[in-house]
Amino acid sequence: MRDVAIIGVGLTKFGELWEQSLRDLYVEAALKAIKNAGIDHIDSMYVGCMSSGLFVGQEHLGALMADYLGQAPVAATRVESACASGGAALRMGYLDVASGASDIVLVGGVEKMTDVSGDAATYALATASDQEWEAFGGITFPGLYALMAMAHMERYKTTSRQLAAVAVKNHANGAKNPAAQFPAIITVDDVLNSVMVADPLHILDCSPISDGAAAVILCPADQATELCQHLPVKIVGSGMATDTIALHSRKDPTSLDAVTKAAAAAYRQASKVPSDIQVCEVHDCFTIAEIMVSEALGFFERGKGGNAVETGATAIGGKIPINTSGGLKAKGHPVGATGVAQAVEIVEQLRGGAGARQVAKARIGMTQNMGGTGASAVVHILEAM
Amino acid sequence: MPTARAWREYPQRYRYEAAVCKKCGKWHFPPRLVCDACKGEEFETRVMRRTGTVVVSTVVRVPPAQFKDQAPYAMAIVRMDDGPSITTQIVDWQEAQLKTGAKVKLEFRRISDDGEAGTINYGYKAVPV
Repeated sequence: MRDVAIIGVGLTKFGELWEQSLRDLYVEAALKAIKNAGIDHIDSMYVGCMSSGLFVGQEHLGALMADYLGQAPVAATRVESACASGGAALRMGYLDVASGASDIVLVGGVEKMTDVSGDAATYALATASDQEWEAFGGITFPGLYALMAMAHMERYKTTSRQLAAVAVKNHANGAKNPAAQFPAIITVDDVLNSVMVADPLHILDCSPISDGAAAVILCPADQATELCQHLPVKIVGSGMATDTIALHSRKDPTSLDAVTKAAAAAYRQASKVPSDIQVCEVHDCFTIAEIMVSEALGFFERGKGGNAVETGATAIGGKIPINTSGGLKAKGHPVGATGVAQAVEIVEQLRGGAGARQVAKARIGMTQNMGGTGASAVVHILEAM
Repeated sequence: MPTARAWREYPQRYRYEAAVCKKCGKWHFPPRLVCDACKGEEFETRVMRRTGTVVVSTVVRVPPAQFKDQAPYAMAIVRMDDGPSITTQIVDWQEAQLKTGAKVKLEFRRISDDGEAGTINYGYKAVPV
């Protein structure tokens, strides 16, 4: 397997972008990444997208995006793993370059969610759970994460204030990110006083419905310095794992085993341990998710994630800064774009180009993306070359 | 919901039919073609007891479109006495009956409908015992 580097990144604004279509968003991010890398062609392309069929009635995204990017007849296909589609697409692109099959690969992620009503978006997102044996009975996605939160609170005495602290921190970071959908500073009381969606999760514990796209350019690491106009960033670890599709089938609803396993594979490949990671983007689709993921990645002991965020350990300047971009919570969560956008943020951090959100001297970073209630998990470790 | 799709699940939704692995004895609800414990592929169909225990619960206050007339409603993971766990609504409850460890029993109920020309979907909901 060859070493693989990221040499270009591109990101659209995240938000309710009425003037841009699914293809417009993808092409904008892809063009930015191509220009950022300074390359003149690509050899193949992967499109991470969860549910364009339900959101805008469009499938067959590989061909559509290659066509509208002016890159046909390049090899192109879509990758889907629910909300982990972007991370899974990054892994496919990584494997494509690592295997030697392709040299320059474009990995993009996109979702156009606001063309449909809130009810239709809720339906589309619920397809990431078990349709027949979870969603059929009336459980929602916030409802499933509420069950995880209830179990975590019961076992570890995690509090609603600690959940809220995740949202407060991520909005503080997002306020420094020009691409963020909700760059608003909020307080713990704002979260606790917001509408209850599913006990104990308030609306401000939930990530929003968003439009957006992100893209990265990959190439063999030994060609990166020659091709790249910026500091190249190497993908030193890539891990993916799955768990039961239904939350109820797991032994323990407070544990994200697929995240732990994906991380273990990435740590092993990279010869790193959790204390090596200097900046991390995690999948905070709900505030409880960030707490559980920070434990599953090994940053904190089981049950200590709530206390960690409350005491500032995950803020910029803390022990392990998490979601400097604002996370899904404040930056926005166009589901298929999210996993790729996480890599864009970490590359910016490792290049030293994250502006007001910059983590000082960051050289090693991590991305963690997951689908459903953690049934799919993808972890990447990136290191400045 | 297309009729065949709903019909395929009647043995579980109406009659609680589980598949018990002939090799290792694990109960599967719904049935599977491969046992996730031992990879066995032979099963015996047995009717699952309708009693179980609440593992964890929540109250859904912002429901999907099909459940608007029912909100707010309680949802729980319930561990059935024969082993499998399920996600189900709990109905006819008082606060204490949603707590972890509370005993429930499944009853046949109307779950949702697909509008005027669509099917009415039936299945189980849990009631406190």
